[in-house]
Amino acid sequence: MGLKNTFDKPIGVIGAGSFGLSVANLLAENSQVILYARNAEALENINSKREWNSYPIHQNIKAIDDIEQLANTCDIIFPVVPSANFREMMQSLSPFLHPYHILIHGTKGLNLNLPEGKTLDSMQVLERHHIKTMSELIMDESVVVRVGCLAGPNLAKEISQGLPAATVVASPFNEVIQIGQQLLRSDRFQVYGNPDLIGIELCGVLKNIIAIASGALTGLGLGENARSLLISRGMAEMIYLGKALGGEVRSFIGLAGIGDLMATSHSTLSRNFTVGRRLAEGENLENILADMQEVAEGVNTIMIAKKIAESFKVRAPITEILHRVLFEGLTMEEAVQYLMKYPLNVDVDFI
Amino acid sequence: MKLKRYRSKRKYEPILPGPREWPVVQLSRNKKEFLKEVVEEAFERIKNNTRNKTALIEELETTLYKEKARIRQTPWKVDPDDEHQFWGKVKDELLEISQQKVKDEEKANKILLSIIERYAAEIAGNFNTSHYRFARGVATFGFNRLLNAARIKRLGGFWSDELTMNDKIQINGEVEKLRTLAKKGTVVIVPTHSSNLDSILIGWVIYTLGLPPVIYGAGLNLFNISIISYFMNSLGAYKVDRRKKNMIYLETLKAYSALALKKGCQSLFFPGGTRSRDGRVEKELKLGLLGTAIEAQRANYQEHGSEAEKIFIVPVSLNYHFVLEAPSLIRQYLEKRGQERYYVENDEFSSSYKIITFLFKFFTKGSDISVSIGEAMDILGNKVDEDGRSFDPKGREIQAEDYFKFQDKITINKQREAEYTRMLSKKIVEQYGKIARVFSSHLIAFVAFEIINKHNKKLDLFSLLRLPEEDLVINFNEFRSTCQRIKNKISERVKEGRMSQAEHMDDNIDNIIEHGLLNLGMYHSKRPLIKTKEGDITTMDMNLLYFYRNRLDGYGLEKHI
Repeated sequence: MGLKNTFDKPIGVIGAGSFGLSVANLLAENSQVILYARNAEALENINSKREWNSYPIHQNIKAIDDIEQLANTCDIIFPVVPSANFREMMQSLSPFLHPYHILIHGTKGLNLNLPEGKTLDSMQVLERHHIKTMSELIMDESVVVRVGCLAGPNLAKEISQGLPAATVVASPFNEVIQIGQQLLRSDRFQVYGNPDLIGIELCGVLKNIIAIASGALTGLGLGENARSLLISRGMAEMIYLGKALGGEVRSFIGLAGIGDLMATSHSTLSRNFTVGRRLAEGENLENILADMQEVAEGVNTIMIAKKIAESFKVRAPITEILHRVLFEGLTMEEAVQYLMKYPLNVDVDFI
Repeated sequence: MKLKRYRSKRKYEPILPGPREWPVVQLSRNKKEFLKEVVEEAFERIKNNTRNKTALIEELETTLYKEKARIRQTPWKVDPDDEHQFWGKVKDELLEISQQKVKDEEKANKILLSIIERYAAEIAGNFNTSHYRFARGVATFGFNRLLNAARIKRLGGFWSDELTMNDKIQINGEVEKLRTLAKKGTVVIVPTHSSNLDSILIGWVIYTLGLPPVIYGAGLNLFNISIISYFMNSLGAYKVDRRKKNMIYLETLKAYSALALKKGCQSLFFPGGTRSRDGRVEKELKLGLLGTAIEAQRANYQEHGSEAEKIFIVPVSLNYHFVLEAPSLIRQYLEKRGQERYYVENDEFSSSYKIITFLFKFFTKGSDISVSIGEAMDILGNKVDEDGRSFDPKGREIQAEDYFKFQDKITINKQREAEYTRMLSKKIVEQYGKIARVFSSHLIAFVAFEIINKHNKKLDLFSLLRLPEEDLVINFNEFRSTCQRIKNKISERVKEGRMSQAEHMDDNIDNIIEHGLLNLGMYHSKRPLIKTKEGDITTMDMNLLYFYRNRLDGYGLEKHI
């Protein structure tokens, strides 16, 4: 088969969403891949028609629906499922995991771990341990310690078309970064390493907020000056929030931070962007979410990030105003007016 | 001398029958061979750290430079006489190499070896069974005598046997498990460190619990004093010189510790490094020696497979009402934090006289002490059961060797192990927080300081510490009700298993306050807390109050003041 990698076992991928399939396809160029898919139709299509959701499936990919088998066959696993399902997925996976497993996830969301009977609304303040990034969730739910994440400007559609791109593999473990590089690197795909796992995860999470705002600007037809303003102030906001949660500032100015932010803010392909655009065009959130095929992580992130900003006393005007648009009936026009009047004083005060 | 008169409420039999079986005895019996292994191991490590001969020669030059500076700036009595000579020779040889066109690697290796050999010989402990027994006996005997003389204030009290160390020092926590596990594997004890007394205290605890002697790193400065030096040597201490911060020394030290662990020697590290300067329970640990435990565990698995002996980490918290060195410790801390230009680390233990006065004060005057033994953990901080098996929080068994595996094989990966060490240190710090016992004195110091802080919200720490006397008086009623509130918060956390408290904390609040006032930093010339004539509360020394207040730092209790 002429596979390049030196690993004897197949590589596991969990999740057959668009990014999961992209990751599986990238991996399949160098390795045998086992893809876990819950949905019977997806399984059938992937294995026989070699196509799913209009994504072509690489011949080295085999789909299964047995998570125990996946854990037993694969030492290296890439979980790529929406953040809302992540804990549940980990709970079904973790009985079969051992400390020799290596998990590199590609999910860009946050999870809440609240005391029993509490909801986000009924919590007065969030403490850091209430908020879990996906790597923290993996370590909470399983014995796996060698954990990493993927983040960067990786629009699934472009990757599946074979256009050049790059990603960041973040992990405190050098070996995890090296494995990620060996597995994913190809002529069309470059892989960078970063030891700041939490920071890189937060880049991927927080940029979704700005992507929604960027979609809104397009919807309102406000032009590129406005978008650049948004991106640079959005960057600052991501850094404030990211720092409060334990990320390093410099991670935000790298490929997974500014890089990913540029891609998602400009691309009409992005789900979060689409949510923002349609909101600006006057649709309401319920309708938009109802006819989207996959989750727009940004909506959930805005809810959590707003609470984080309040709890950690961080300035986050874009997040706050979007929260009011999404859940409190403010219109996008009013939101823009509000932001233009916001008493900003310092350009760069985070470095 | 009747050394056997030692008595205790609870007698623990030694878990290993005779000294013949003690790994530490075997180690010292084969000392020569062991040192040879240490030298080889250290040599290998340093060669790995320095990728080529240029880097090695640079390292040697740095070491030479640092050592010469040390000899000039901080000479100690314990330093050998031939230091100048030795480093002079190293200098000449390095000079010779630097003049060669093609650098002679063999020669550099030789210099490296000679330095390592010198360091290893200096570090090596000198354990001796009969000295151990003798020292042990004298210490126990002496302590009991002092104790009785102090507590029973009548003629002949000195010879009374009414009180023993056990009355003064409580040991609580996972004692039985520690004893069981010490039979099944190698135990590494990691205590908190706030006083010079700790080394002596923990030695006594280990003996009392019937555990075989441990080896532990003791500051070389303690060996300055010949009588202490004798005891330290007898008790299995090896020497750690905190002046030597060069890589060659540190790697030799780590090689020593890792090999001793591999040979099954129970060990003890103070992972905080030095005594806590600000009175806080350690939150950041030094990773160097701790890492050798992880390394030794991996080496065990590599050599003996899944049946390899396991290494267990046991956090221990030493709790006092009164830290004799508190005034100088907190001063050092504040000086450092205030970034004063001249920061001189002074050493209270610089003479025999000082240390004897210290011990005398402690045993005659010091109030009760408790030692809490924490949950034993494996090298990644997982819980272990009586059989030494590791479990995750959900009760599923873990094979600890899997942490070192990649593609079904155990691999050596320094960076991975460094990261594991960081994770382990987090777990140890977590345990410290849980097992550190709250005393009445800690409670009142915390409450008093935080009330003053609350009344002066706008001040930073240094201004707060410099408040004039009249601003330091706290109304007793406010003090009492706040103590009650914080005590309740602590009790809640104790119920949830997040904190521990001494039995006297179950009393009513007035008694707790009385008890606390009586004990908090007693015998400091300036008491951290006293009652005024009007019955209110005030402090004579804000710095000391801050020191004792810090014991309860980090539990998030401030917001309930």
